Amino acid sequence: MNKHILSALVENKAGVLAHIAGLFSARGFNIDSLAVGETEDPLFSRMTIVVEGDEAILEQVRKQLGKLINVVKVNDFSGTPLVERDLLLVRVNCAGGRRSEILDLVNVFRAKIVDVGRKDLLVEVAGTEQKVEALLDLLRPFGIKEIARTGRVALKRSLN
Amino acid sequence: MSKKGAEILIDTLKEQGVDTLFGLQGGSVIPVFDVLYDSDVRTIATRHEQGAGHMADGYSRASGKTGVCLTTSGPGATNLVTALATAFMDSVPMLAITGQVKSHLIGNDAFQEADMTGISRPVTKHNYLVGDVRDLARIICESLFIASTGSPGPVLVDLPVDISTAEHDGDIDREKNLPGYQPGDEVHPGQVKRAIDAINAAEKPVLYSGGGTITSDACEELTKFARKANIPVTTTLMGLGAFPEEDPLSLRMLGMHGTMYANYAVQDCDLLVAVGARFDDRVTGKLEAFANNAKVVHVDISPASIGKSVAVDIPVVGDAKRVLREFAKNAEFKDRKPWMDRIKEWKERFPLTYDREGDSVKPQYVLEQIHELTGGEAIIATDVGQCQMWAAQFYTYMKPRTFLSSGGLGTMGFGLPAGIGAKVGCPDKDVFVIAGDGSLQMNIQELSTAVEEKLPVKIALLNNGYLGMVRQWQELFFNKRYSHTSLSKGNPDFCKLAEAYGCSGIRVDKKDQVRPALDSAMEINDKPVLIDFRIDPEENVYPMVPAGEAIDRMLSGMA
Repeated sequence: MNKHILSALVENKAGVLAHIAGLFSARGFNIDSLAVGETEDPLFSRMTIVVEGDEAILEQVRKQLGKLINVVKVNDFSGTPLVERDLLLVRVNCAGGRRSEILDLVNVFRAKIVDVGRKDLLVEVAGTEQKVEALLDLLRPFGIKEIARTGRVALKRSLN
Repeated sequence: MSKKGAEILIDTLKEQGVDTLFGLQGGSVIPVFDVLYDSDVRTIATRHEQGAGHMADGYSRASGKTGVCLTTSGPGATNLVTALATAFMDSVPMLAITGQVKSHLIGNDAFQEADMTGISRPVTKHNYLVGDVRDLARIICESLFIASTGSPGPVLVDLPVDISTAEHDGDIDREKNLPGYQPGDEVHPGQVKRAIDAINAAEKPVLYSGGGTITSDACEELTKFARKANIPVTTTLMGLGAFPEEDPLSLRMLGMHGTMYANYAVQDCDLLVAVGARFDDRVTGKLEAFANNAKVVHVDISPASIGKSVAVDIPVVGDAKRVLREFAKNAEFKDRKPWMDRIKEWKERFPLTYDREGDSVKPQYVLEQIHELTGGEAIIATDVGQCQMWAAQFYTYMKPRTFLSSGGLGTMGFGLPAGIGAKVGCPDKDVFVIAGDGSLQMNIQELSTAVEEKLPVKIALLNNGYLGMVRQWQELFFNKRYSHTSLSKGNPDFCKLAEAYGCSGIRVDKKDQVRPALDSAMEINDKPVLIDFRIDPEENVYPMVPAGEAIDRMLSGMA
């Protein structure tokens, strides 16, 4: 079972997301992550869908996505050089004078402190899934209070 | 000049060539029916929305034009769902217009509100909720275009009642804006070349043609290609009529209830050329054992259909008509005598057959007689189950669009309304509905529609007092435990029922009454006629591949 990153250029209209989500749910696929946003042209949105599943069935889903009337283009980014980013907000406990330890980690990861409370810090980190997971692992022992994370966004690298 | 939404709707339909629609009144579509009241669009008022849906479907299948149906919101719209799913599974072009509650009430659990774009999403090719009267004409144009092009299918337009009554002043926008929809007609020449090389090299080829060949109007090209290259042809249920079954190259239908010789040929062939077919499980049986010796060429307009269930050696994406024209142009005649001899031997040894002795009414005999009587020119609209399979096996199909059946979804109750729709679309053709007593009762109310419209459809009811196909499975695989399949205790007297509706009813109990009953049915031209054929109640459909078996492991039914 491989993770696939599907990138779909779609019309920016009501109901498009439901059509796409329906193709996955009808086949019993769980979408690992999903990010949607307007493109440079406000008439279109880009959806980045991360999904795990059997190759043959995913190939079917990709073709079915292409059949949807509001979907302009679908790419499977697996195996192509790309830039991918997840964004994570995590509220971590800093009681007991451990604030500076956390600050050190944040610096090493080029993450940011975006809110400071008396007993906790809110950390923002963007990067690949591995980087985000690595920081999260290191923060866990301090006590994580809350997490919010986006779906992955990805674009292909330019071929120079 | 200012126009109401409902007027824009009907005007646009007319501009797009729609002259007939099937519908049922209701609160949210009163303004639309009000426009139809003095319009020259022929409106067939049905008794149930499912009937309207199947009529539009049957109209499409028989005439090749896109059928249109119109219902109200809520239950009127949800009653269409089975008809939409039926058309969707069989790639039938159809436009369904459903009324919706007023825009500001949507999402409010208003009276007769249902989320139709949500409900219909998995059973339509596309759907719309009209948000502005200025979009209405464009949406109708786009819907008809989407429904009828590429791999066709049903499109639903959900129309809030306030949009039907809204006034629109100014230019009407009809310009299609579909950046994500290119029904491709490009054919890859390299793939066509590879396919032709494989065809010319094959010693034991079989052509396997499905409904797509009929949809793309490619039957002439198919026949030309098959004859020129000398390749035997089998068709799916949906493909019946694409290739004349009296042709010596015809293997008739394959699959679960196909001919033994078609299945043997497919299992033994070295090249299987699939055109507009989708390797449905009722065709392939046990997938791992299907056509194992064959290279597979698959021609289909939809890339999503290729490689879905069977590994394909040479995929050809494209419209069947264009591809088959190329095949016909470049294929070479090849004698293939050993292969042809083998097929001939199979045909002689394993013909379609049944017990022709005795004076009971055999359903197969009824179908043979209907064929003889109509010379294969009639349109056959079937219900689902045993009656459907006998109709597929024992009427000999010579022309496309003469066999109308719910192939993919297997919708009981399809036959009568589809037959009515077909008669509306093709008034000069004789239309026979081949019904079972189970199926017929699922949409029997449409007899009333046919009477009102004076449509002389002939209903051949193969009445065995059972949900026959299920009873057959119970007999063969469930120790004859006939759980809830007998209908005889509750069945009405169908002749009396038909007469109560204003149809003619003829009852047939013996073999020698079959032909006279059919002859007299042909004399009736101003109303439907129902012939209640009291067939052998435990007659089975053979040959049969048990579910999940390889398709050459057939039960012949003959001791």
